[in-house]
Amino acid sequence: MTDNALRQYIELFEKNREEIDSNSAPAINVRRKSALEGLLHTRLPKKGSENYEIIDLPEILGHDYGVNINRIPLPVSPADSFRCGIPRIATALFFMINDSFAETSESRKPLPEGVEICSLRAKALEDPDLVGRYYGMLADDNNPLVSLSGLLAQDGLWIRVSKGVKVENPVQIVNISGGADNMLTPMRIVVVMEEGAEMRLLMCDHTSHGSNDLLSLRTLEVFALAGSHLDLYGMEESGETSRRLSTLWLRQEAESHVVIDGMTIYNGVTRNEYHCRFAGNDAELRLYGMGIADADRLIDVYSRVDHDCDRCLTDELFKFSLDDRARCAFTGLVKVAEGAVKNEAYQSNRNLVGSDEARMFSKPQLEIYNDDVKCSHGSATGQLDSMQLFYMRTRGIDESEARMLLKQAFMADVIDKVRIPGLKERLSHIVERRFAGEMAGCHDCACDCG
Amino acid sequence: MLKVKDLHAEINGKEILKGLNLEVRPGEVHAIMGPNGSGKSTLSMVLAGNPAYEVTGGSVEFYGKNLLEMLPETRSHEGLFLGFQYPVEIPGVSMMNFMRAAVNAKRKYFGEGPMSAAEFLKLMREKRSIVELDNKLASRSVNEGFSGGEKKRNEIFQMAVLEPRLSILDETDSGLDIDALRIVAEGVNKLKTENNATIVITHYQRLLDYIKPDVVHILYKGRIVKTAGPELALELEERGYDWIKRELGEE
Repeated sequence: MTDNALRQYIELFEKNREEIDSNSAPAINVRRKSALEGLLHTRLPKKGSENYEIIDLPEILGHDYGVNINRIPLPVSPADSFRCGIPRIATALFFMINDSFAETSESRKPLPEGVEICSLRAKALEDPDLVGRYYGMLADDNNPLVSLSGLLAQDGLWIRVSKGVKVENPVQIVNISGGADNMLTPMRIVVVMEEGAEMRLLMCDHTSHGSNDLLSLRTLEVFALAGSHLDLYGMEESGETSRRLSTLWLRQEAESHVVIDGMTIYNGVTRNEYHCRFAGNDAELRLYGMGIADADRLIDVYSRVDHDCDRCLTDELFKFSLDDRARCAFTGLVKVAEGAVKNEAYQSNRNLVGSDEARMFSKPQLEIYNDDVKCSHGSATGQLDSMQLFYMRTRGIDESEARMLLKQAFMADVIDKVRIPGLKERLSHIVERRFAGEMAGCHDCACDCG
Repeated sequence: MLKVKDLHAEINGKEILKGLNLEVRPGEVHAIMGPNGSGKSTLSMVLAGNPAYEVTGGSVEFYGKNLLEMLPETRSHEGLFLGFQYPVEIPGVSMMNFMRAAVNAKRKYFGEGPMSAAEFLKLMREKRSIVELDNKLASRSVNEGFSGGEKKRNEIFQMAVLEPRLSILDETDSGLDIDALRIVAEGVNKLKTENNATIVITHYQRLLDYIKPDVVHILYKGRIVKTAGPELALELEERGYDWIKRELGEE
């Protein structure tokens, strides 16, 4: 029994299967069968159902979206002309336009030995066995966001850091969504950190001006092999009419250290899912995020961390600031399996609600099937402290400025978690301007894509 | 400078100030003393404009302007300063950013542009020395992790930066050891000119050994019930508040 909203995509797939496949690669196409099976048995969760407090998937996917099956290039200015507002944090800088990896002078420069950053499709054509070992192996096709992206995705991003290679300078990927109105862009990203590899990665998502109702459907699979270190910062600065449905799947092997930090600075409707699993002992995950929502924006975060091994650590913190009629949701589950000893897991969600009409939904959860653990979880939702406000005003700081400073201060601990020099300062500045209302859309953002 | 006439104020529907009269002139130091619950802190909060308090009657003139109509920030710009009994901690807002916002807000009010970074740093350095405030505190969040003494010195530091015309120091002596008390009091004395005035709200005579008041008031049940010279403070120290109650015919 197929959901009505999904039927259009299945029909689109069945009618255009040849074009979809021929513009992609066999190692990607091979997963479409299982994606289709997943979709055929899916009922989309309704708004208000478990873990979907604010996002209405049937409504979002029910829009009549087109998909750029024939890979018509997007008429945005060439990537070479993008100027990035994040001051050179000594990064290798790459661009993606929708799901396509953009060839720029920068991307043509040789990468350090043992580092691959390129189009997923290109890699799948070049080395199908390698891509086949990873692509689709983590993401669960029973999740409609995964199966729909698996059904329609033709390209995306491939990142691999070879065994023992330490990438010294951070890598930045700027993704520009745009094009005709009512476009759905499915994209798959695979990140493979081999044994002992190290990298810090910043992914910035933007929408080009004048694009309406764009749906970005993204599935990331992240493999952190034994002893690897990965910092993955994601920053969304899209537009009011952008919709983003993203799922991240992380598998951490022994002694790997991963930071995932998802920041929604400016958006329309966003759902970010994080599915993390420890597959080896002594691994550490730091899972952070922030969301700033005003007007009618929605930000929905779902996270699940499975502790199946011994002596692993999860440190989780998500913070949201809401104003006007915004709605945000945090659903977090940390599950410690039977027999998984000496695990530590700390989960925290804190929220600042600045108006009567804004709504926050918070569901922090711990499931522990083991006595030998250290775990805590908590959630707090409140308003700005009236004595702090008054104190600042007695020093001459007007109320709106005082509110802004306090909201910014609220996000300070999330910003402090960032471990890319230069990015922390830039983020503070971006958040400051965001709260000051100086950023209408993305013209102030990291890249000048207008 | 300040004329308070028949001031009535309440919080959560409970009347605390019940017809308070007070007049302060430039160059004067006033001490307001009184037992717990007499309305001392309420008076300071009402004068500074805390929105949690409601003024139900009376008037307050500050240099001829209606103080009660002004926003708290405007009162500050016009030259009113409140040194808090419990300085508020603001995690995540650095002292530097806080002071810069305060200084520039005042400049903006008087039609001036923001202060240059060099000028600002010089000002901070200069004013810090008045209360021997450690430079390290500047990089911390406002009052966060400050000791009791550091918090109070930080209040006087802010007062030094903002150069108010009238300072209300609400129990600035509470929680201070004798050295900190001396530093705070010396700071206040250094800032004293013939053009500004200070209202010192305190429980004890001790602070008044360091900050010499010209006038001492006793606040009791929301009214100023006695006003005299500095000798009144000494008398209170010796005899407690009970004789005031007796004098008022309450006991």
